[in-house]
Amino acid sequence: MSSTLVHGDLPSSQSAKQPSRAMSQPPPVKKARSGPLADVIFGLLAKGAALITLGMLIAILGSLTISAWPAIDKYGLGFLTSTTWDPVKEEFGGLVMIYGTLATSFIALLIAVPVSFGIALFLTELSPAWLKRPLGTAIELLAAVPSIVYGMWGLLVFGPVLATYVQQPLQAAFAGVPYLGAFVSGPPVGIGILSAGIILAIMIIPFIAAVMRDVFEVTPPLLKESAYGLGATTWEVVSKVVLPYTKSGVIGGIMLGLGRAIGETMAVTFVIGNFNQLDSLSLFQAANSITSALANEFAEAGEGLHQASLMYLGLVLFFITFVILSLSKLLLAQLRKNEGAKT
Amino acid sequence: MSASAHQLRAAKFAHRKRVNQVATGLALSAMAFGLFWLFWILWETVRLGIGGMAIATFTQMTPPPNDEGGLANAIYGSFVMVALATGLGTPIGVMAGIYLAEFDTKSWLASLTRFVNDILLSAPSIVIGLFVYAVVVSRFKSFSGYAGVLALSLLVIPVVIRTTENMLQLVPPGLREAAYALGAPKWKVILSITLKAARTGVITGVLLAVARIAGETAPLLFTALSNQFWTSNLGEPMASLPVTIFKFAMSPYENWQKLAWAGVFIITAAVLGLNILARVLTRTKI
Repeated sequence: MSSTLVHGDLPSSQSAKQPSRAMSQPPPVKKARSGPLADVIFGLLAKGAALITLGMLIAILGSLTISAWPAIDKYGLGFLTSTTWDPVKEEFGGLVMIYGTLATSFIALLIAVPVSFGIALFLTELSPAWLKRPLGTAIELLAAVPSIVYGMWGLLVFGPVLATYVQQPLQAAFAGVPYLGAFVSGPPVGIGILSAGIILAIMIIPFIAAVMRDVFEVTPPLLKESAYGLGATTWEVVSKVVLPYTKSGVIGGIMLGLGRAIGETMAVTFVIGNFNQLDSLSLFQAANSITSALANEFAEAGEGLHQASLMYLGLVLFFITFVILSLSKLLLAQLRKNEGAKT
Repeated sequence: MSASAHQLRAAKFAHRKRVNQVATGLALSAMAFGLFWLFWILWETVRLGIGGMAIATFTQMTPPPNDEGGLANAIYGSFVMVALATGLGTPIGVMAGIYLAEFDTKSWLASLTRFVNDILLSAPSIVIGLFVYAVVVSRFKSFSGYAGVLALSLLVIPVVIRTTENMLQLVPPGLREAAYALGAPKWKVILSITLKAARTGVITGVLLAVARIAGETAPLLFTALSNQFWTSNLGEPMASLPVTIFKFAMSPYENWQKLAWAGVFIITAAVLGLNILARVLTRTKI
């Protein structure tokens, strides 16, 4: 019965030549022969696309190094510790920008880490089930808002508010206090390291909170339920069960946020003030960061040492973020590896 | 003796309860803190953005200081560059995603590609701008729309790779095996079975990539630069909405700032709209 069906399916010319073939052998493979060749081509295309990605990283590193070479050759590593940035005299050093980048990112982390932890705790342990999704979406939308929106809002809306309601009272309160007074000196105009740090914090909170929420949810429910069953409070479950279990993932998430903060351009450029001097520790002082120096000066920089120095700064920035992101990847991978071992 | 032990335990219990109340209270306020910024930013964007919206915003060119005008050339430039960059980056991203999910899931090359892709995904976008400047702009001695397209497409690729790979991994192996059992060659299995099954997810990834590059300013600053006039020639410097906003917002002119707010409103609405659309797409699928 079935053999007649197969026979009927075959092209009539072929069945006329070899009538017995359909019975003893599988159907002719001639038509499928285009398969292997197409497969090879398709496989090579796919592999090529993956190699393009690898090539991109090498090309970025290579081209930045070549373009920065005049500055690397002239200043070497001393570039990283010199504070002079004088395009007129062609004297360049990157410490002011590197300091600005690190200081703003540090302030951002100081604010963002506890807040993100609270948000993740709320979303995983406290929130009623029906609120989880809308609240999680709202936080993720905060991450999607383009950075230029944060920048403009920071400069025109948030800056003046910060100056009037935070900076001036702080200055009045700490005016005579040694050390602390130095941090709050400078013009309270809502532009500078502190404002940039706060805006960056708002920008990275969603990133860190989302990673923390995801890793908290990795904790096996059995562990948490055992702790609750023994009478532990929510806080005890989070601090003594969830946090130790997800430690490396949490740190990985924080590093991811730090990488974002260091590489962020527009939000910082608007509010940091673009001032190339490092003469006080004040948090209200206008300063500069690597990214804002690039954004402001690069298009106008003449070819030569000025441009090469900016490229050098870009290379330093890429290197810092590369190291931080690699570490965060490693830590997050560590968590995934432990996942199987501990349960 | 036992009474004091009991008291001690009660005191400790009260302390634990208090700590817990403080902690949950702080978590609640952290959540409110996060939402507060979102609503404040959206509120100001809408309030100040609506003021700058008019028909002229979409029909007239960017004006000189203190003159009437709109954002037509910037909107057009953004649209063209984003569309071309998506068209250029998506096929490469999808193919690389296919390679990672279907061809080579465990080899060192695949792990390395995944690692590099994650780095590129979070790399500072201004560095991409520097790279394109060094490779394209300084070689051809001119800022151009093409350079902008290239910079944006380099940002599209990692996002699309990531989502394509993740979505293909969600396709049940049984579907592939059924297709192979019917004698389909691998390319056909991937293109018409697995990729088709993961279609919504891949489209979501592309939408998210579009949302990301639509608001990117830094990589365009020294690739496409900006242009005060209408141009559809990609060989020339080209205006884009984010770069125009940057220029106008930093200026002291009132009409420029008003237009910048209108631009911010348009961009925010577009980006959030795309994000919500992407979410709706994936939700209906699951």
